[in-house]
Amino acid sequence: MNPLLDVRDLRVTFQIRREGDLPWAKPRPLHAVAGVDFTLNPGETLGVVGESGCGKSTLARALIGLVHAEGQAEWIDGKDLLAMSPRQMMKYRSDIQMVFQDPLASLNPRMTVGQIIAEPLTTHRPDLGRAEVRDRVKAMMERVGLLPNQINRYPHEFSGGQCQRIGIARALIVEPKLIICDEPVSALDVSIQAQVINLLIRLQKELGLALVFIAHDLSVVKHISDRVMVLYLGKVMEVASSTELYGNPQHPYTQALLSAVPVPDPTIETGKTIVPLAGDLPSPMNPPSGCVFRTRCPRAQARCAEEVPAPIGGDHKIACHYPGPLTEAEIAHARRHEAA
Amino acid sequence: MSLLDIRNLSVRFQTNDAEVCAVNNVNLSVEAGQTLGIVGESGSGKSQLSFAMMGLLARNGRASGSVVFDGQEILNAKPKVLNSIRAEKMAMIFQDPMTSLNPYMRVADQMAEVLTLHKGIGKREAVAQAVQMLDAVKIPDAKGRVRLYPHEFSGGMRQRVMIAMALLCKPKLLIADEPTTALDVTVQAQIMQLLKELQHDFGMAMILITHDLGVVAGSCERVAVMYGGRIRETGPVRPIFAAPTHPYTQGLLDAIPRVDQTSEELHAIPGQPPNMSRPPSGCAFSPRCPYAREGCDTIDPPLEGFAPEQARACHAPVAEVIARQTRITIDDDQPAADLGDGPAQAIPRGAVAGAGAAGTPSTVEGQQ
Amino acid sequence: MVIDEQKMKSLSAKLVQDEVRGRSPWADARKRFLNNKGAMLGLIILILVSVFALVGGQFAVWSNEELDFSVMGQVAQMGQPSFENGHYFGTDNLGRDLFARVVQGTQVSLMVGVVGAGIAVIVGTLYGATAGYVGGRTDQIMMRTVDILMSIPYMFVLILLLVMFGRSMSMLFLGIGLISWLDMSRIVRGQTLSLKNREFIEAARATGVPAWKIIIRHIVPNLLGVVAVYATLLVPLMILTESFISFLGLGVQEPLTSWGALISEGAGTMNYGTLWQLAFPLFFFVITLFGFFFVGDGLRDALDPKER
Repeated sequence: MNPLLDVRDLRVTFQIRREGDLPWAKPRPLHAVAGVDFTLNPGETLGVVGESGCGKSTLARALIGLVHAEGQAEWIDGKDLLAMSPRQMMKYRSDIQMVFQDPLASLNPRMTVGQIIAEPLTTHRPDLGRAEVRDRVKAMMERVGLLPNQINRYPHEFSGGQCQRIGIARALIVEPKLIICDEPVSALDVSIQAQVINLLIRLQKELGLALVFIAHDLSVVKHISDRVMVLYLGKVMEVASSTELYGNPQHPYTQALLSAVPVPDPTIETGKTIVPLAGDLPSPMNPPSGCVFRTRCPRAQARCAEEVPAPIGGDHKIACHYPGPLTEAEIAHARRHEAA
Repeated sequence: MSLLDIRNLSVRFQTNDAEVCAVNNVNLSVEAGQTLGIVGESGSGKSQLSFAMMGLLARNGRASGSVVFDGQEILNAKPKVLNSIRAEKMAMIFQDPMTSLNPYMRVADQMAEVLTLHKGIGKREAVAQAVQMLDAVKIPDAKGRVRLYPHEFSGGMRQRVMIAMALLCKPKLLIADEPTTALDVTVQAQIMQLLKELQHDFGMAMILITHDLGVVAGSCERVAVMYGGRIRETGPVRPIFAAPTHPYTQGLLDAIPRVDQTSEELHAIPGQPPNMSRPPSGCAFSPRCPYAREGCDTIDPPLEGFAPEQARACHAPVAEVIARQTRITIDDDQPAADLGDGPAQAIPRGAVAGAGAAGTPSTVEGQQ
Repeated sequence: MVIDEQKMKSLSAKLVQDEVRGRSPWADARKRFLNNKGAMLGLIILILVSVFALVGGQFAVWSNEELDFSVMGQVAQMGQPSFENGHYFGTDNLGRDLFARVVQGTQVSLMVGVVGAGIAVIVGTLYGATAGYVGGRTDQIMMRTVDILMSIPYMFVLILLLVMFGRSMSMLFLGIGLISWLDMSRIVRGQTLSLKNREFIEAARATGVPAWKIIIRHIVPNLLGVVAVYATLLVPLMILTESFISFLGLGVQEPLTSWGALISEGAGTMNYGTLWQLAFPLFFFVITLFGFFFVGDGLRDALDPKER
């Protein structure tokens, strides 16, 4: 089966002018996404996790064309999305839609719900009449669990969870094949989170959508994803199926991340060992040589500073020279190192 | 006698539209050295509760009831009394460290100021103590970094600086309001670990206010679950997490995906949180409650003890709630259908959600 | 249970049929504005002053150019306000009817204020929104131009313009219009920049909504609040500028007059016991400024929900 999206060596570079630099000084490059590869099959969910500053939101914006990216992103029909002119891209924009993090901020406060949901439709299907658009909007509202009679209301009259439903309806109205969800539930309360996640999963099954689900909450990503990709400083650390990655993490960073996730069970939570990460996240303006994770890795060797580890493995890819579960001794050593 | 004793604490806000009752008749006590977790969603009143204690309510807010701290009534106390207590016996840390750090002052000066003002020690000695405290919160190279400005620290380090500042006067009680919500998981784990160690070293009590049940499970001894401005369930952490006796606690625990378990579908709590300027009559959770019965929509159940140290506010019998628990073991996955038995399911779930929010103004959310 | 279900279904069907009317942010703002006593007072004052400017001329017994020879030379004794000889506000030093002249001064001053603010709103909003939305080099060049224009001491240039090209209404409008939009364009650009990164703009860009449509549908409606507030505060500023220039004797030319010119004349003769010549124009001047400031404040409170 052809993948829906085949991304190879995707790079996003921002030109940053430092404070105090003169206006004509040459800006420095910041590699927000530094060469990411992945494939996404139709109807599949790819989870993207990582801490703030790892480039996951930039990756989302690059895929949808909001920021300029280099590399290749081959769509199912063989066309490279990144090499297209804006006019050519227009045809594909209705195939890829996005759901944003902040439910209220992603809706124009001066427009009614009906206008908001209809906007992609009126942009891509100017042939549709007003009544037809309205009917479709109402049908979509019902589908995402909103009352269609609320069509004339404004975003501020809805709660956070409902605003996110409006955002989902807007993404779905043009019948896309891929939806990019950028932290869609992190601004919502726990009880509402579950509603929105269930809704996304249900809609995905009904409509055969592929999802790129970006979040910092590893438990949510585990629940919704078929495969999970771990990012650190703009690079892929590990990709595997959800059960494999969470059950058998190989990269030291993945293990550190997973060990830090709090579990709502006092017995487990008080007895577990957390893998400590030394120091702070390095500046993306000046990333470490070799493996970007080596400065904080409990297992770093001399080789890690010299060679950039290439992702190895088939379905379970790991970008590490020394993969494998961390031993008790290594964790204890890391803890001493942290305390020092 | 308890270190902190809260009796019938209520907080009301006067807004343009209506009077909002953010906290309603809350009773709580914290023993010296104990950790209490207060869990609730946005709008549950958990933050306003702590603001009322610290005398930090917004101008349109009014607190009533009684808060006795270390044998002294502090609710609505005179600013002078509050100031001395806030500085020496009770400290608070917030979600955003920048709210309590002055961006234009060096960390050393800010920390020294607290000591020179309240303890009357000299500047040099104060800075030395500040460095010591920064060492205690594991800031590497504390001596060098004390001369930096707050914005020169990373998010996690900034939170450490704030903790260090809160602990300068060795308080007996630390109130932490969502201390790790803005941080990444690995940093969160470090900060929670640090708080636990410091609490042990200093022998202080802590109130941890959070929406994250996982964080509570890891670091609290007792927990109080708030919903709609009231405490719905309280008790030691283990029994509550193992067998929640309040439908809301149970719903919350079922609604969160877990990294250590796999489940087909999350058992979401239907509907929306209550609008506190127009709270539902009776029990605020009743419109979303799968156990709702006659009387739930008219009489708000009082918080009553039912086992040693455990109390709950619910009309449904304990046995019934526990019997329907969905997540006792991982494999027991069947009772999902039970939850959908309520009359609310006869109309589409979205319809319930929509009706609940028809009049939800943004004011309540803005309050929190 | 079956009956219940049917009932529920009919209920939900009914709910679906009746579309609920939304409460738009504008309607909310209007309600808050109408509830603001200070703003309403200001608005009433402004309406009364405008009515005075528009229809006041109908009630004048004398025209503004006519000299009343009966009071000439003894203005201090004969020229005080009286209903008998038709000089409701008294006469000026030359024996001209002050009522008619205040009506005319009000017209001119209000016009200068409104036209000046109007130019600022149109030019400033378009300029600022374009600079902010396009960004990059264009933005840099456009905003540096504004900086340069702002660094010119405009009062000095304005006075030079009036001296060189003669005093005329159009020259005054030109001079005031040239400077008034600078601040506005900066404010609008700042607002546009913060709007541009909001997620709803990103959402529109991601679906491929063309740039001009984004500016018109998403950016401008969200700017209007700020623009409206700033414009109300700009009107009195324009009136003040014009008054200052007129006070210096460089403003509108006789027989036209404005509040500034009238106040200047009144102030010049206040030592001769003709205080009314200062009092009437000053009264209108002050209450109008108050009115605009109150309305501006009220608009800001109404449109900025954070203030609540």
